[in-house]
Amino acid sequence: MVLLDFFYTLRDAGLRVTLQEWRMLLTCLEKGLHKSNIEGFYHVARACLVKTESDFDTFDVVFAQYFEGIEGAIELPQELLDWLADPKPFEELTEEQRLALEHLDIDELMKRFQETMAEQTERHDGGSKWVGTGGRSPFGHGGEHPTGLRVGGPGGKRTAMKVAEDRQFQDYRTDVALDVRNVKLALRRLRQLTRSDGPEELDIEETIDKTCRDGGEIDLVFRPKRKNNVRLLLLMDVGGTMDPYYEPVSRLLSALHEERGLRDFKAFYFHNCVYERVFTSGNLMRKDSMMTADLMRTYGERWKLMVVGDAAMHPSELTSARGNINARMETETSGLSWLNRLEQHFDRGAWLNPDKPQEWAMSATCRTISSVFPMYHLSIDGLEEGVKSLVGARAATVRPVMAPGSSSLS
Amino acid sequence: MSAAPSPDSENFDRFQGTSEYIASRALIDAVNCALALERPLLVKGEPGTGKTLLAQHVAAGLGMPLDAWHIKSTSKADDGLYVYDTVQRLNDARFGDGDVKDIRSYIRLGPLGRVFSAKDRQVLLIDEVDKADLEFPNDILHEIDEMRFTVLETNEEVVAAQRPMVIITSNNEKELPDAFLRRCVFHFIDFPEVEQMRKIIDVHHPNLERTLLEQVLVKFYWLREQKELRKRPSTSELIDWITALVRAGADVKSLETEIPFMGALLKNEQDTRAIQSFQDRGGKTPKTLDEIGNARRR
Repeated sequence: MVLLDFFYTLRDAGLRVTLQEWRMLLTCLEKGLHKSNIEGFYHVARACLVKTESDFDTFDVVFAQYFEGIEGAIELPQELLDWLADPKPFEELTEEQRLALEHLDIDELMKRFQETMAEQTERHDGGSKWVGTGGRSPFGHGGEHPTGLRVGGPGGKRTAMKVAEDRQFQDYRTDVALDVRNVKLALRRLRQLTRSDGPEELDIEETIDKTCRDGGEIDLVFRPKRKNNVRLLLLMDVGGTMDPYYEPVSRLLSALHEERGLRDFKAFYFHNCVYERVFTSGNLMRKDSMMTADLMRTYGERWKLMVVGDAAMHPSELTSARGNINARMETETSGLSWLNRLEQHFDRGAWLNPDKPQEWAMSATCRTISSVFPMYHLSIDGLEEGVKSLVGARAATVRPVMAPGSSSLS
Repeated sequence: MSAAPSPDSENFDRFQGTSEYIASRALIDAVNCALALERPLLVKGEPGTGKTLLAQHVAAGLGMPLDAWHIKSTSKADDGLYVYDTVQRLNDARFGDGDVKDIRSYIRLGPLGRVFSAKDRQVLLIDEVDKADLEFPNDILHEIDEMRFTVLETNEEVVAAQRPMVIITSNNEKELPDAFLRRCVFHFIDFPEVEQMRKIIDVHHPNLERTLLEQVLVKFYWLREQKELRKRPSTSELIDWITALVRAGADVKSLETEIPFMGALLKNEQDTRAIQSFQDRGGKTPKTLDEIGNARRR
């Protein structure tokens, strides 16, 4: 079962293909929908197995690797290529003739090709056995055979392997970059609907119930509309090592500002780590600051805390009581204690790190911080995970715990 | 490679595209998969790439009638099956109109209900499924799987005699649940390449002058390459733009230096300003497709 291997290869590559989808594909193949060629197979397999364009690229990569041997892997003598480069016109086939041509599967086709190659010694055009042009043999080009193998020359169509190798869906991957629209999509999940206050809507069920009780006298009942109850507090690391991430972070910020669904949203800034003060503007001027203790008094534990930072600093900046890199800012408590306090204070918190997850383990401070806050990569996938941990069911908040000193992190 | 139909494949209808809808090979394959499997076809793609149009042409190509269910943010799964008009009945009961005793006259079938109860196989378009609540797709899952449901009020079962071809479109506004995706055949309408775009324009503007078409394509694909744009113009906007150009009798010369009727292509103030300032600074738009690069013309 060559194909079953393909199924597992796809799953190994991270595509969550299920048996149900696999059976869909097999049914299609039984019905001959792939028209016995690899391009058809590529389309049918993709339609059945991949359900989002962001996975197309992964699929293409696996497909190209897996089926590499089927096309283009044969060594061709130059002489043969020369004949084929100069095609002879092709005679029209009648329907009967076409049906009479054999359908070959790819293994047999390859075998026969090798055999024919071994026998053939001269140029052929328009025959039905030899490798040549304009013929009905399964080999060569410019000819017609239902399951033929194109050898050199221009193809009539882009083949599946070409499509797969081109990787034209690369831009749709979601584990790479953020754009404002994608970010907004990920943030849509940031909601908990409640009926508490606000404008009212007609409650039909209640109205009918009441009306019936009153013996048909219509009595309208209203109830508050469902509303998003999520309040989000964002703390952002600015400057220094965060400068290269200006683009993705500003996209996240503008998406958050445009997100009207949230009940409330506030953003504060810090440099490297949170200490006594947090800042209301990115230039970190003392006059635009707020005591972190006040921050916790102002924003209750119901607020969701989202921290954006690379968690990379000198270890002493995190653990020393006088660790603030800015010496003019008073510090009596270590940054780590502040982070612990924030984590304890807020019901739910998540840390978004723009550095690649593979690099996290290399920084000691990053390892420490990820044991305080669940840490996610600042990509669409990571953002979705993070948002889920902020609003999802409790059980879903499994922390990607990284034991201090462990070096592997997926 | 051309293919002779294999014997098994004759048993079901086949879609080949229609003269007015240029479908890629991948799309045709996906439609036929969905037809053969009797599964819903989920179509995603940039706005304006013809997702909704596809359903109309699949219906036309297969010679089946089309029913459409346009989803709004307030749509509920039950609306698609049937609506029991309690308020009307209540009202009739109070004012003595209508046949209040017969509950059937207050049951209205929704699009799913209508398609299920139809005698012949139909095409059902569920348009912009992502507009509705997050749970919406899960709610219609069972009915689309089983193709049957029960009207609770009358205890009557509506069963599809012929499983309809269901086409679902999504603009990616919301993530769709996995259980829903597993049951669908998926197709993503990629933005058409230049060659395919020529064919599409041919369908809408068959008599367009070749040189004008060339310039139109150059300007259009150049605009789409501009990274500053917040919303890239789509196929449907291109068609509108050409209509405007043709009506106004724009000639090739004017197109070479400027982009008239930019409002038909760019729908965002910032985008218009960005292109404007580019031209004010003396920026030149390319004159041939080769200048744009090969990215779009593989």
